[in-house]
Amino acid sequence: MNPAFPSNRASALGFLATLAFGLAILFGAPHVLDTFGLVQCTGFAALAMFGLSQGFVWGFAGVMSFGQAAFLGLGGYAYAVSVINMGDSSIPVLLSILVPMAFAGLLGYFMFYGRISDAYIGVITLTVSVILFQLVNATSGSQYRIGAAELGGFNGIPAIPALNAPGHPDEPLDLEGIWYAAMGALILVYAFLRAVLAARLGQVIVAIRENETRAQLIGYDPRLYKLIAFMLAAGVAGLAGCLYANWGGFISPTVFALPMSAQVIIYVLVGGLGTLVGPMLGAVLIQALIIAAGSQTLVDSNLGLGIVLVGFVLLVPQGLLPVARGAALRLVERVRAPRPGKAADTLVTESAR
Amino acid sequence: MTSPGASLRPLIEARGVTMRFGGVTAVADVDFTLGEVELRCLIGPNGAGKSTFFKILTGQLKPSEGKIRLRDTDITGAEPHAIARLGVGIKTQVPNVFNGLTVHENVFVAAGRRKSAARTRAIVEETLTRLALTGIAGRIVGQLAHGQRQWVEIATVLAQEPELILLDEPAAGMTHDEVHRTADLIREINRTHALIVVEHDMPFIRMIAKTVTVFNQGRILVEDSVDKVLADPRVRDVYLGKQAA
Amino acid sequence: MDLVGLLAFNVLTGIATLILITLGLGVIYGMMRIINLAHGELMMLGAYTAVMATGAGVNIWIAMLVLPPLVVGLIGLILERTVIRFLYGRMMDTMLATWGISLGLIGLVTTLYGNVVRGVSTPVGSFDIGRYGASLYSLVILVTALSALAAMFLLLRFTKFGLILRATMQNPRMAAALGVQPSRIYMATFALGAALAGLAGGVLAPISGVSPAMGAAYIARAFITVLGGGPAIITGTGLASTLFGSINELVSFKTTPVIGDVALLTAAILLIRVLPQGITGRYLRRSL
Repeated sequence: MNPAFPSNRASALGFLATLAFGLAILFGAPHVLDTFGLVQCTGFAALAMFGLSQGFVWGFAGVMSFGQAAFLGLGGYAYAVSVINMGDSSIPVLLSILVPMAFAGLLGYFMFYGRISDAYIGVITLTVSVILFQLVNATSGSQYRIGAAELGGFNGIPAIPALNAPGHPDEPLDLEGIWYAAMGALILVYAFLRAVLAARLGQVIVAIRENETRAQLIGYDPRLYKLIAFMLAAGVAGLAGCLYANWGGFISPTVFALPMSAQVIIYVLVGGLGTLVGPMLGAVLIQALIIAAGSQTLVDSNLGLGIVLVGFVLLVPQGLLPVARGAALRLVERVRAPRPGKAADTLVTESAR
Repeated sequence: MTSPGASLRPLIEARGVTMRFGGVTAVADVDFTLGEVELRCLIGPNGAGKSTFFKILTGQLKPSEGKIRLRDTDITGAEPHAIARLGVGIKTQVPNVFNGLTVHENVFVAAGRRKSAARTRAIVEETLTRLALTGIAGRIVGQLAHGQRQWVEIATVLAQEPELILLDEPAAGMTHDEVHRTADLIREINRTHALIVVEHDMPFIRMIAKTVTVFNQGRILVEDSVDKVLADPRVRDVYLGKQAA
Repeated sequence: MDLVGLLAFNVLTGIATLILITLGLGVIYGMMRIINLAHGELMMLGAYTAVMATGAGVNIWIAMLVLPPLVVGLIGLILERTVIRFLYGRMMDTMLATWGISLGLIGLVTTLYGNVVRGVSTPVGSFDIGRYGASLYSLVILVTALSALAAMFLLLRFTKFGLILRATMQNPRMAAALGVQPSRIYMATFALGAALAGLAGGVLAPISGVSPAMGAAYIARAFITVLGGGPAIITGTGLASTLFGSINELVSFKTTPVIGDVALLTAAILLIRVLPQGITGRYLRRSL
């Protein structure tokens, strides 16, 4: 038996626990919550998926994307425009994933194959999202339309048709149906990313984050793997954008705006960098706080977000989940054995995936 | 036994390789040939251009001038990953390992490129056993001692199953016992693989070397059997002399 | 012909605006290799300083050109002492922290002054280029930008402070060994970069709406220009501003300002594919 396996087992256990928890919420929430609460949770699910996207590309591939909102927005707009034109939502959902991936492929090619520094990657991605925001913001007027869909500039696109069962565009999902779709998709995407990370592809992506030179010297092309990770994350963000558009039946250029990219960075930082569960929890926590803060008019919510961001960078850079897990493990160790050894640390790093 | 790279078909061949950094010439007009399954030691004082030459061979640096061939392929200026795929593995001077991963994962990633899962597992088991790393396979590499990390790096190089192995100071920072084990390992690898080893440790060189190439100021000073090289007064002057001073 | 004259004048103004909004960012990037994501908000604070000062009856020129760099430079100093200095050596964390500061400043100003657009009236009128009228204020921007660039050049090239700055930039450890405290230098650099951002905000206040989120309108161009320019502060900012300013103005003239920004971004992405470290990362490396 390989000594690496126990930690893998712990990690698998964490995965199954998360899945079970997710399924419990998926089927439990409609029974516990009223419609308003359920709709709010649909929004949480969409943003949690957005958090997964950032958590994957930053935490596992080590790619500092500061403009993940670009892909959220592209996905949302791709869905809105195509579903208005097509009626049936099947292909639009696919497009909401593929359009951001294609865009990420193009952008990523220039960034990764140009071998630009991490700081530059952060700034370029951020700039791209800002300029997309300005671009879409400037499309007001009936001359800016794609087929039947008017882009609407800063007013956005209202009355976006909701998801429907494939082939039945006249039967859109109700609010409960959209909840099942959003939360179900979140669970699937989480499982998918876990599978990617467990597969060789994911191991190489993580290895490149750890040491790009060594990865190259054993025959892997870091540019290609970073590009793949960047595109995967863009697809996930795009699907989150599709769900986001479904959640309110509305999308506006603010999905591209800087605060959106900042928020998702905060989800990951607060929840825990290098984990998948952390960013989802971070998303729910931060959104709940924003909603709570939104009911008062004394202080602007950006002030709070800024303080949280600075505070976590300075004081809790590893995020809440790893801190909590570390504390719990130390507690268990102390109960089991008088002296905690290095095995505990190994377990933390391993199971934190 | 072998005269310098002549009798065997060349595995790797460098012709007129020059590397300039701004006004400094680190490697100047080097001709170098290594046969199949040959073991060569490179020695020379610090700054003689050995590590730079290694970086050129593995594609980490693109030479200012000159050509490099690996068997029938021109690899001059190729990307490091492309050269690695052609069967060149390197242990670098400063250990390059995946610090945040376990020993097992380090070796697994190296072994797993374009191989079936079963074959990969077999290579990993074999490599860990061969380098006596099985006991620490679950440990995070970043937490290991320097000597152990050297072994992990050698393990990743072996696990990628290269045909040519470059070792840049493999015995540095190792204990006396570890140095002996490394020498044994190199001799064992050399039964089937070609190696180029950069070392400063003269007793270690005597343990493993047949042919030695001496670098000085970016050029090849002399290339001959180990006994002749170590007896050569010029080598003493540039290398041993300098080191003593 | 008049149109060509006007266009040329607009291109010059565009270049000057880029120099103005980029210089502070370039100083911090050139010295510390971090991109200050709060740059746009420091500009915003400069603009608010101008608004507040003119509101309080201060002479408009002092309110635009003198007070903003002083006030924002001081704010930069405080931010460096309270946040940034704990993160040296952790480039990503430094950038994240400046992003947090950016959000915090937007929130703070919104809380204090509300999410409304204010303005400062332009202190000068217009002049004619043939049949076309051009704003005299563009000349003010032009003069300010060139003066700021020249002042930075003189500071770096001819003063003792500049020498220490350049030494630290080349090799922080060596400078430390010679008795310079790199942390002091970084503190001064950050304050200087902030002051330049404040100046840009003050000067641009009359021609842009002053609101908490106004920084976002400028940062995309400023970031791109720093990336394109590379590590040399003066040469990089100057060359990249000239290149991108021309592209931006010419495309904007033919289409819309937004398309002008898109063209700017596209040009920058193509540029860094060829020159990953910017123009001065490859050429003129030893320039200032």
